[in-house]
Amino acid sequence: MTKSALVIGGGIAGIQASLDLADRDIHVYLVEKDPTIGGKMCRLDKTFPTNDCSACILSPKMADCAGHPNVTVLSYSEVVKVDGEAGDFKVTVKKKPRYVNMSSCTGCGDCVKACVLGGEKAKIPDEFEYGLVNRGAIYIPHAQAVPRVALIDAEHCLMISKGKCGKKCEKACMKGAINFDDKETEEVIEVGSIIAAAGFQLWDAGIATEYGYGRFDNVVTSMEYERMMCASGPDHGHIKCPSNKEDPKKIAYIQCCGSRSEKKGWKKYCSSVCCTYAAKQAIITKEHSDVQEDIFFMDIRSYGKEFEAYIKRAESQYKINMHRGARVSHIEEDPVTKQLTVNYTDKDGNAVGAVYDLVVLSIGLNPPADAENLSKVLGVNLNEYGFCETSVFKPLETSRPGILVSGAFSAPKDIPTTVAESSGAAAKAGSYIVDENFVPCAPKEYPAEKDVVGKPVRIGVWVCECGINIGATVNVPEVAKYAETLPNVVYSTSTMYACAQDCLQAISEAISTYDLTRVVVASCTPRTHEPLFRVACREGGLNPYLFNMANIRDQCSWIHMHEPEAATKKAKDLVRMAIAKAALLEPLQGSKIPVTSAAAVIGGGITGMTTALDIAAQNIPVHLVEKEGQLGGQALKFRHKEDGVDTQEFIKELIDKVNNNKLITVHLNAEIKDLPGFVGNFKLQLMDGTDEAVGAVILAIGAPAYQPTEYNYGTDAKVKTNIEVENEIADGKFNAQDVAFIQCVGSRNDKVSYCSRVCCTSSLRNAIAIKLANPTANVTIFHKDIRSYGFREEMYRKACEVGVRFLRYDEAAPLPAYDGSTVTAFDETLGADVSVPVDCVVLANGIAPAREEKEVIAKMLKIPISKDGFYFEAHQKLRPVDFATEGVYVAGLAHWPKHMDECIAQGSGAASRALTVISKEFLTSEGIVASVNEDYCDGCGVCEGCCDYKAITIVETDNGLKSNVNAGLCKGCGCCVASCPSGAMEQKGFKNSQIIAEVDACLDFPVGGE
Amino acid sequence: MHVLTSLLEESEFMADFEPRIVAFCCNWCSYAGADGAGVARLQMPTNFRIIRTMCSARVDPEFVLRAFSKGADGVIVLGCHPADCHYIGGNYRARRRIALLRMVLEQYGFDPKRLKLEWVSASEGEKFQKTIVEFVDTIKALGPTPLVKGDE
Repeated sequence: MTKSALVIGGGIAGIQASLDLADRDIHVYLVEKDPTIGGKMCRLDKTFPTNDCSACILSPKMADCAGHPNVTVLSYSEVVKVDGEAGDFKVTVKKKPRYVNMSSCTGCGDCVKACVLGGEKAKIPDEFEYGLVNRGAIYIPHAQAVPRVALIDAEHCLMISKGKCGKKCEKACMKGAINFDDKETEEVIEVGSIIAAAGFQLWDAGIATEYGYGRFDNVVTSMEYERMMCASGPDHGHIKCPSNKEDPKKIAYIQCCGSRSEKKGWKKYCSSVCCTYAAKQAIITKEHSDVQEDIFFMDIRSYGKEFEAYIKRAESQYKINMHRGARVSHIEEDPVTKQLTVNYTDKDGNAVGAVYDLVVLSIGLNPPADAENLSKVLGVNLNEYGFCETSVFKPLETSRPGILVSGAFSAPKDIPTTVAESSGAAAKAGSYIVDENFVPCAPKEYPAEKDVVGKPVRIGVWVCECGINIGATVNVPEVAKYAETLPNVVYSTSTMYACAQDCLQAISEAISTYDLTRVVVASCTPRTHEPLFRVACREGGLNPYLFNMANIRDQCSWIHMHEPEAATKKAKDLVRMAIAKAALLEPLQGSKIPVTSAAAVIGGGITGMTTALDIAAQNIPVHLVEKEGQLGGQALKFRHKEDGVDTQEFIKELIDKVNNNKLITVHLNAEIKDLPGFVGNFKLQLMDGTDEAVGAVILAIGAPAYQPTEYNYGTDAKVKTNIEVENEIADGKFNAQDVAFIQCVGSRNDKVSYCSRVCCTSSLRNAIAIKLANPTANVTIFHKDIRSYGFREEMYRKACEVGVRFLRYDEAAPLPAYDGSTVTAFDETLGADVSVPVDCVVLANGIAPAREEKEVIAKMLKIPISKDGFYFEAHQKLRPVDFATEGVYVAGLAHWPKHMDECIAQGSGAASRALTVISKEFLTSEGIVASVNEDYCDGCGVCEGCCDYKAITIVETDNGLKSNVNAGLCKGCGCCVASCPSGAMEQKGFKNSQIIAEVDACLDFPVGGE
Repeated sequence: MHVLTSLLEESEFMADFEPRIVAFCCNWCSYAGADGAGVARLQMPTNFRIIRTMCSARVDPEFVLRAFSKGADGVIVLGCHPADCHYIGGNYRARRRIALLRMVLEQYGFDPKRLKLEWVSASEGEKFQKTIVEFVDTIKALGPTPLVKGDE
């Protein structure tokens, strides 16, 4: 029997892992301890470096999870026991009582308003808002909660704790959903593999007593500040000082709060994300209003994709003051004005006290609160910092086979890394489930669709009261009665809850009872509820595209609460418009596109080999294409150990695995001729005549080391690169006494503006090795910032401990000078030039993008390249390994400079994304695609030019040039339709006639109809 | 034929003038922003009716002209912020089309302020509210559509 998978944690990590597994037709249980999925990300205002609204990009994924037929969301639940072994786990899940029946609750919020502990007098801190506001005992976690149902906080509920309160909520609930006798339950589920995506908890800012959090009103944590900035937060995005609710004029951000310190209660590691999120908060704040903003930090760690440019923008464009190397000692509060004095040492060594209205503490990331318990339940090890233990070469695997990890549970990390890892963990988890007996989740079966073409239009209308949400403002029975008078309407009724199971069933039944050919529901928003009603139509044998919705709640009753008459008129208009469009709707089918179950992986380095193995592990053939004569890529030059394992041994093992895998065909010395095709149907064409059909293409072509031209490299024997020194050390040939490392050679300069991410760590590793082998050696690292993010901070600490000297040179200054025997730079801390004699200069040369090489393939696949010369993914935050072009993926250095563990995780991630496509026999395209009426088409090509998805081509036909839409590539935006000068182009489901009918139905009648 | 008149003189009924406005919202950002306004219970005038398209680039100039020809006092097109378009660059195309369309409208005697393009993200319920309130005010100040229905 095919097993399910279990994902623990419903934050972005768990959501992504679940969706990847579900889209690969594996059933998933998603267990979340909180009452809603969404984790920390759904509390963020914006996300760096694109300043995307966090809720906007996450909410669709949350809804997708909740509605996915292959995902069972077990919210407000915890895993308490795991028996068995990889491939065959028996997991006990404890479901906490909500005291509200989830299947009958509609999330209307009537109970929340009724609670005697709620409203103005509420005293229970709202967890979602980090206690910035209070809530009652019965509550809905937040507006976008998934599932959006209420629950009772038993600890505070007077009825449950004391047996008295008058059961106000029970009386208010018209659905009878309240159940004060609800009990904790347990269920045992059988799963093949487990992904632990337990996330992180925030560092307790109260530990930093020197910063006065909890004592001073105007000192807030960065997460509280997110809520303060957020439009959906307590103050609707108006940033105010907590003490007096006035606009702050000066804001300070204090970095490394809880991180990079050996103080008691602080964490030694770097939390990896705070530098960039502080810059984001400062930028967004500046966009809100003109505020003076200062960021105090030790090093700025903008190592991620386009982060360096982001920080630069914060500084130059937004005029945010950056205080480098400034650790704040303490904060004082003026007891009267509540203003704050931030005490720090400036770069000239002077003690400075500057006054601010608001201080934001950039708090770090801790292991999740229940990490220890979870590790015991799962039987997996934690590392010395309390995070889930992994290793560089197995970044997604825990100490127990069959249990994978992704996201911040294994180390502090940003969202794109988390998403790539979570996809990767899904690929690994799938390999324990997919074997020769694997049975994919069957698509749901529906009754045969009735033929409506050419038949009279018979419309059924349901107008929803939504409890009192619509009914209290809009006269729903009147609207339903009005609808009955409109053309083509044969049935119209009002209903208390259109989305409730009873009404959905009524809709399905009415389709045959009244021989309906169209269904219109007037209720909330199609964004959340259209899928539900479409399913009801399908259940009744009606094509789902014959359904239309009028939004009379979110866009009517809720925004015109004090104008019942006008709102009722508007509701009538909206219903009339929906009916007018519905009459013209046509049954649509997504077209079926056959898929070739095979992948091409371009690039045979660590990343590409990982991708190939993960795809092959799920019984799908792979063509692995390498331009060199051997597999291994850049890492063949590495000689150091990671977690005690020699890199070369690891690579040898990896190459053997690839060569011994019957499903992987390796093409060495291969040059790509072309990669024509589209999702599910590409051709891998090589110069040697190879021509193979593949369903997906993964680009793992890497990026080379920057070849230095600085410091007479190549002619001066004293000047070496980090890799050369690493090899000399490994061979025992390194014998220099006075060594200077020079950071940022080929990075962070006028020509190459980005940070190459890995060079700081390489230098630290070599410097430590040199000092350990020869404690008398003089080793100096000349740097701008040391970017040993995450647990790599330990290397920085270790380097300091063994006596490596660090000299920070000015960021804007040219590289340190070298005269053949000494290296000289201006030391910011000393305020003077410092010269050190050298017999070896080690260049921390960065990573070059090799843009030209990338462009060749980019042109073949029509994919974009970023301004820095790396491949540009579909979405920097949530689709880090996808392209807008479906079926093409990227991983490793081709995407951005990164460490080996990150390459491996991303390689697995790309495999997972590809698997969601190539594991299927057919893909079904969206029904609302563009189509061409060839009778009108002149083949002018305007549409072709405006399609961002390259879905349109102009083809030669017997009747001349005609536009041709590839339904597999079309995303249904309708841009081409609006561009067509001859009216030949149409968008199904949004046809010109249908939209015009809406316009006419709106304006041809007086307001509110007749 | 429609006969266009020049700007209406100030008249008695102007005070009670309730404009009719058609709002085109893209599915991914502005329609979601309008929903967000609802979720936050942000109150606004009832003068507008939303028509949903998948992308602001789907808004054919014909729809806008149709709305005006049917007597709409104002038309507003709402899309995703620059660079946030769900469909890569649809909103940029909408921007170009609306810019041209405003010129066309002016040629026909319409104040171009009667057609507005604005960016509202899915999280900007408040901006949606503000945009609608301001646009209703703008149209109220401009008065009823200059279009007077002649014999069709």
